Amino acid sequence: MNRINQKLQENKKLLSIYFTAGFPKINDTVSIIENLEKSGVDFIEIGLPFSDPLADGPTIQASSTQALDNGMSSEVLFNQLKDIRKTVKIPLIIMGYFNPMMQYGVENFCKKCAEIGIDGLIIPDLPVDVYNDHYKSIFEKYGLINVFLITPQTSLERIQFIDQISEGFIYMVSSASVTGSQNAFGKSQDDYFKRIADLNLKSPQIIGFGISNADTFKQAIKYAKGAIIGSAFVKYLDENGTANIHKFVSGIID
Amino acid sequence: MSYFVDKKGYYGEFGGAFIPEMLYPNVKELEDNYLKIMHESSFQKEFQELLKEYVGRPTPLYFAKRLSEKYQTKIYLKREDLCHTGAHKINNTIGQILVAKKLGKTRVIAETGAGQHGVATATVCALMGIECVVYMGEIDIARQAPNVARMKMLGAKVVPALSGSRTLKDATNEAIRDWINNPVNTHYIIGSVVGPHPYPDMVARFQSVISEEIKKQLLEKEQTENPDYVIACVGGGSNAAGAFYHYLDEEKVHLIAVEAAGLGIHSGESAATSILGKEGVIHGSKTLLMQSEDGQITEPYSISAGLDYPGIGPLHAHLYRSKRAEFISITDDEAMKAGLELCELEGIIPAIESAHALAVFNMKKFEESDVVVLNLSGRGDKDLDTYVKYFKL
Repeated sequence: MNRINQKLQENKKLLSIYFTAGFPKINDTVSIIENLEKSGVDFIEIGLPFSDPLADGPTIQASSTQALDNGMSSEVLFNQLKDIRKTVKIPLIIMGYFNPMMQYGVENFCKKCAEIGIDGLIIPDLPVDVYNDHYKSIFEKYGLINVFLITPQTSLERIQFIDQISEGFIYMVSSASVTGSQNAFGKSQDDYFKRIADLNLKSPQIIGFGISNADTFKQAIKYAKGAIIGSAFVKYLDENGTANIHKFVSGIID
Repeated sequence: MSYFVDKKGYYGEFGGAFIPEMLYPNVKELEDNYLKIMHESSFQKEFQELLKEYVGRPTPLYFAKRLSEKYQTKIYLKREDLCHTGAHKINNTIGQILVAKKLGKTRVIAETGAGQHGVATATVCALMGIECVVYMGEIDIARQAPNVARMKMLGAKVVPALSGSRTLKDATNEAIRDWINNPVNTHYIIGSVVGPHPYPDMVARFQSVISEEIKKQLLEKEQTENPDYVIACVGGGSNAAGAFYHYLDEEKVHLIAVEAAGLGIHSGESAATSILGKEGVIHGSKTLLMQSEDGQITEPYSISAGLDYPGIGPLHAHLYRSKRAEFISITDDEAMKAGLELCELEGIIPAIESAHALAVFNMKKFEESDVVVLNLSGRGDKDLDTYVKYFKL
């Protein structure tokens, strides 16, 4: 069974952390992953930086620009991760935009992920229907789970469609926004979280975008299986470097 | 072979809607409604009336006598430079603002590079009394000050794009992010035949008035609707899409798309997307785009701010791949020279974008009997600074 599905079966709420590979320093990737696992994080999203990250706010944009300036690329990332399964057990997901994967070759990209032990991909600008028509069989061949997003504007019909084709979890975008835009959740988010929870979908939901601290994390996991923190962690790395990652994590889950 | 968009939003293998889920409802709403709205008689009436009374259409199809003599062929200029606000861009913004109104939108956003599309958007928003926010790269804001002032006078808010290379592609990213953040009340007026389906088709349809008029005007002047050649410059490709549109299926009409070669195609400072680009996804569309081996989008260069876009519209990628259109690249120097030549021979100061198209006459020999229509997409007022510096006037 895919590590993501195993993790989703655990009887606990899950914390996932996103970071941009190659930031703050090009060779930080492996130590960030190892430290996050040691700190008790449940799974990790490794951001493959892109020059034009449409769905991201200023924090992740800036980290992506810096990572690219540092020399990060698909090839470099795969090299850094080649021995990662010798030390790390938790699910690893690569989150990136479609164009770099296209240039690497979607099949080659998936093959490489499988060799390394990547469990899934999140590709915000690869639409569900294009995936379904053209790439699903490749992902399945390499045992990779593709994670889809829903938002407060997603229609019920489409949520049900996405639920049906999802094999891991549904990435629930907390509000109509790019990443890193919020500090607190209001009633509208609460209503939305509850509305989705009440649908009793087959796929567990993990909430992302706007989770930045213990409060927003608690609010999110009240209704969902878990939550994802991205911009707040990237900002922490920017300000504190990689030395005290456990402090950031314990600030969320202790 | 079809050169028009198919049901799924593709031109051959190019196009589609590669958008994050956050944009799906916005784009779907537009896709479901744009054709219906455009076919309504109340829409057509208002659109046609505004094109006539406000934009100043039809624009003349002018026989350029002295230019024709010099190049020993029959040259007609489609005078889009005479449109209100100085370029063809307003054909599209008039159309889209009416669509936005029909969809009940109360706020409009746009991206702009040189500022022409920003001005055309700010203009129609002022006309309709709709809030307008224009995203513009920080670097472009500094080098296009007069257009920034125009947009402000027209009541638009100009927001600097501070990310990436701080030019047109980043302004487009910022506009898309704004749309993600404001999915309900906002319409995004894209300025070219780029972006996710249905934008390339919708913008091409609004610009198709150009070739619709050419057909009628040419019939009067040459007793045939069809010229031998249509020439237009291509950045994203909206004026070319409009000039080619009604000729796409007339295979006898040769289409020439002119790209900016900057300092030379292989100089590293170029915007010749069809030659230098590879298949990829930019701003929600699968097309040809300039990128690194690793798939990072690279920054193009041209002396003309309207041509330095790293991609081309999916229609043009299809015209290139299928060889329906001939693609020619023109350097800065060739374009500037051709621009000055038009001033001297015809008393018309062209936009530097359009000057790239004019430079084709020095690259390619036409028959004396050929009828060549060149789409003069914009006027050169906005480029005076560049002309002054280049020619040390």
